[in-house]
Amino acid sequence: MIDPGKAVKESSVAKPPAALSPKLIVGALIFGLAFGFLLQKGGVGTYHILLGQLLLQDWTVVKIMMTAVVVGMVGIFPLHHFAKVNLHIKPTRLGPNIIGGLVFGAGFALIGYCPGTGAAALGQGSWDALFGMAGLVAGSWLYAELSGRLKNTVEKWGDLGKRTLPDVLHLPRGATIAIMVVLLTAVLIALERFFPRSS
Amino acid sequence: MKMLTRTAMLVLLPLSALAADPALDARNYPGPAWSPYIVGAGIGVLSWLTFYFSDKPIGASSFYATLAGMIGKIFARKHTGQLAYFKTEPPVVNWGFLFVIATIVGALIAALTGGEFVNEWVPPMWSARFGDSIALRGAVAGAGGVLMAFGARLAGGCTSGHGISGTMQLNVASWIAVAGFFIGGIAVAMLLFHL
Repeated sequence: MIDPGKAVKESSVAKPPAALSPKLIVGALIFGLAFGFLLQKGGVGTYHILLGQLLLQDWTVVKIMMTAVVVGMVGIFPLHHFAKVNLHIKPTRLGPNIIGGLVFGAGFALIGYCPGTGAAALGQGSWDALFGMAGLVAGSWLYAELSGRLKNTVEKWGDLGKRTLPDVLHLPRGATIAIMVVLLTAVLIALERFFPRSS
Repeated sequence: MKMLTRTAMLVLLPLSALAADPALDARNYPGPAWSPYIVGAGIGVLSWLTFYFSDKPIGASSFYATLAGMIGKIFARKHTGQLAYFKTEPPVVNWGFLFVIATIVGALIAALTGGEFVNEWVPPMWSARFGDSIALRGAVAGAGGVLMAFGARLAGGCTSGHGISGTMQLNVASWIAVAGFFIGGIAVAMLLFHL
C-alpha cells in the first residue's frame, strides 16, 4: 500500500523559523524529558557504554539506534503517506557529509559522549560532560565563524541535493522500507546472538 | 620498519581486544538499566510524536550552536549577526533548544529514580586508562567537543539528527554521515585504548 509521493502533503519545505507557540513549547519539553529519560535508562549517558561501542566491546548503542530506526520508519512513512507529517530530508553533500562525519567521529571518541547523550550524561551527574559541552559550544562557534567560507568551498563538494535511498536505489519507497526493516532486524538478531549484554 | 610494525599493531591489537586488561573492557562495568530494544523502540515511537505534534525530527547538536550564538550575541552582537550560519539559524530559544534542556532533566529524573546518579568527574574506564586527573579528562573531552560540534555542523547533524532521525527517513546524507561517525570514532577509540 505504501507507495506515496505524489498525492501527499508537500514535504520538507524550508519554512521561516516558526515562533514558539505554546504547543511547540509543551511538545519540546515533554518529548525532551522522554528522550533524556530513555537515553539514561538505555545506559547511553555512560562513558564506558559509548566507548565500549567504539571499541566494539559493547553493542548497546547500535542496538538502540537500529531499533529506533526500524520502529521510527514503520511509523513515519505511513503517517507521511496519509499526509499527517512532513518529512525532513537534509541535502546530501558528499564532501561535508564524509569529512564532517569523520571529524565528528574523532571527536566522539575523545569526548566519549555525543551531543544528545552528553546532555543525558550531565543529567545523571557525569560532570565531565560539562567540559565536552563547553567544547561543543566552542566548536559550534568555530563553525559559525567559518560558515561563510565553508559554504562556498567544502559545502559545495559533491552536492547531490535532497536524496533518499529509494531515489538512489531506484526502488519504490515501500520496497525500500521493507528491505531496510528486514535487513536491520537481521543485523539486530545477529548482534544479540554474538554480542549479548547481560546488565 | 617501525612504521610497519606500528601499522600491523594498529590492525591486530583491536582484534585481540578480548585479551586486554579487564579494566579496559566495557563489558566489565555495569550495563544499562533497560533493554536496548525497549529504549530503541521508545525513541522510535517518540520520533512519530515529534514529527506529528511538533513537525520536528529529534536532534541535539543545534542546541550547542544556538547556545554559542546566544553567548556571541552578548559579547559581539553585530559580528554574530553577520555570520552566515546565524543568518539562516538565528540563535534564539527554539524547539531544539528547549528539547535538549528537557533532555538533561529527563536523564536526571531517570538517574535519581533508578538509583543511578553517578556524581563523578572522571569516568572509571577513563581513569583505568589515563588516571584520575580531572584536568586531563577535561582537556580531552573539551577538544573532542570542539571537533564533534564542527563535524556535526559540517555534516548537517549528529548521532540523533542524522544517526536516528535522518536514517529512519532513508536520507542518503544521514547514512553517509553515520558511517563517518563510526569509522572516525572506532579508529580514534582504538588508538586511545589499544596503543
